[in-house]
Amino acid sequence: MPSLILAHTRYLVIEQIRVPIGILASAFFPAVSMVAFVVPFTGQDATAATTATGSLMFFGAMSSALIGLSNAVSQDRELAWNPYLRTLPAGPLPRFAGRILSTLAVVLISVIPVLVVGALFTEATITPARLLLGFGALIAGVVPFMLMGLFVGFTLASKAAMAVSQLLFFPMAILGGLLLPPQVLPEFVQALSPYVPTRGAAELIWWSTAGLRPSAVSLAMLALWTGVMAAAAIWAYRRDEGRRFS
Amino acid sequence: MTILAQAIEVTRRYGDVLALDRVSLDIRAGELIGLLGPNGAGKSTLINLFAGLRRPTSGTVGLFGGSPMDPARRRGIGVTPQETGLPQSLRVGEITDFVSGHFPERVGTAELLARFGLGDLAGRQVGGLSGGQRRRLAVALAFAGRPRLVFLDEPTTGLDVEARRALWDGIKTFHEEGGTVLLTSHYLEEIEALAERVLVVGHGRVLADDSMRAVRGMAGTRRVSLVAAHLPELPGVLGAERVDDRIDLLVSDPDRLVVELVRSGVPFSGLEIRPATLEEAFLTLTSKESAHA
Repeated sequence: MPSLILAHTRYLVIEQIRVPIGILASAFFPAVSMVAFVVPFTGQDATAATTATGSLMFFGAMSSALIGLSNAVSQDRELAWNPYLRTLPAGPLPRFAGRILSTLAVVLISVIPVLVVGALFTEATITPARLLLGFGALIAGVVPFMLMGLFVGFTLASKAAMAVSQLLFFPMAILGGLLLPPQVLPEFVQALSPYVPTRGAAELIWWSTAGLRPSAVSLAMLALWTGVMAAAAIWAYRRDEGRRFS
Repeated sequence: MTILAQAIEVTRRYGDVLALDRVSLDIRAGELIGLLGPNGAGKSTLINLFAGLRRPTSGTVGLFGGSPMDPARRRGIGVTPQETGLPQSLRVGEITDFVSGHFPERVGTAELLARFGLGDLAGRQVGGLSGGQRRRLAVALAFAGRPRLVFLDEPTTGLDVEARRALWDGIKTFHEEGGTVLLTSHYLEEIEALAERVLVVGHGRVLADDSMRAVRGMAGTRRVSLVAAHLPELPGVLGAERVDDRIDLLVSDPDRLVVELVRSGVPFSGLEIRPATLEEAFLTLTSKESAHA
């Protein structure tokens, strides 16, 4: 079974790398934001530069996870290839695991440009141990957005999934303080911010990379969102299975 | 003979639509079965049930003595994907490796591609293949895991005559080596060239399940169409239906029928005689609402 998971992962990664627009889109915008806003304005302040790098890396990761996964899953459901795979002697697990692992691979690829810009052009500093910890936080923080991507992908047709995932993505990124630090956001946004999952994920990353104490509310909300999104994704998956394969 | 796959009193509904209606059927080792029927007759549903994509609403579907829903049972089958769905950005060799990677026994990728005339295309992305090449790749994938039983759904649609013959040869060779095939086609010619046993389905029922020879006899049926107010009792009428003034008769001997018709002196016009398609013959023969002529 592990070899089949690997085979599915490999083929899905190849597919994404050969048509790299999704990866580029996820990597490009945050890297440009780094160069345009972080480098000139907060590049000299080590802590601010480090947290901003972490935030924008998560911005790209979240885009790959939420937008990438919802598009991939909704498109899969419309292709005749998908039912064909179900006739092969394997259950749905290798395909599903392959989908998740290949998305993770793309998530990790898409954060590299921001990391490079942060390291070369700002005062952002980090120890290898904290970097590793930061990647751990990034992966943990991206889980609810992958689940959200699965939910959207299993529920909607591909055109709708593309629009809805974008609609979910930008407000959450802004509310969570990924583009601008929460302190400079308007008051009502600051009041809302702890309740969106992006904020908890960002605080997890700031904590692991720059040692900033996270708020208990944000982390609790992140955990709650993860649980709710897992339930929603499972519900959507079962519903889709029932419609197409029962 | 060993039964490889079996449907017992299988009914399948999609909402209000009855796709299969109490179908029973055995697929025995070494058979080459042609499955004929108009679109929507239930051909694809039948294959989907055997391939584990769908569950019957009632009844039992068996595959190698177990359930097709059990992945282990599906090691012995091969299915053709629809060529329009093949992942565009993968190379031909990569897709073949990927599919055969699911099977414990497999044909080598190079050998498989060569067998289907795709040997030179292993490095080509699927998006760059012609329609015919994609079709051949789709059929090749059904054989990747050394199956005992293959389901070929419209394997030669969109192929030119030469490619079609080459594919028929491939299917024949597989069958001669002991493989079992269930083949669907719109082309009667294809079924005639390959199948030994023919299943005709319509409205979710098996209308006929017989040898190719018996089915060829059916294919001799003619459709006689004419406009008349009423008709006398005529010889050799297998089925009849009336649409407005026009009466369609399915007959075994059209010449004798026309002679009798003229002799009866009943006025008629617009006489046409043409071969009935096999499907038409079966459908009309088994339809219960035949108008009384």
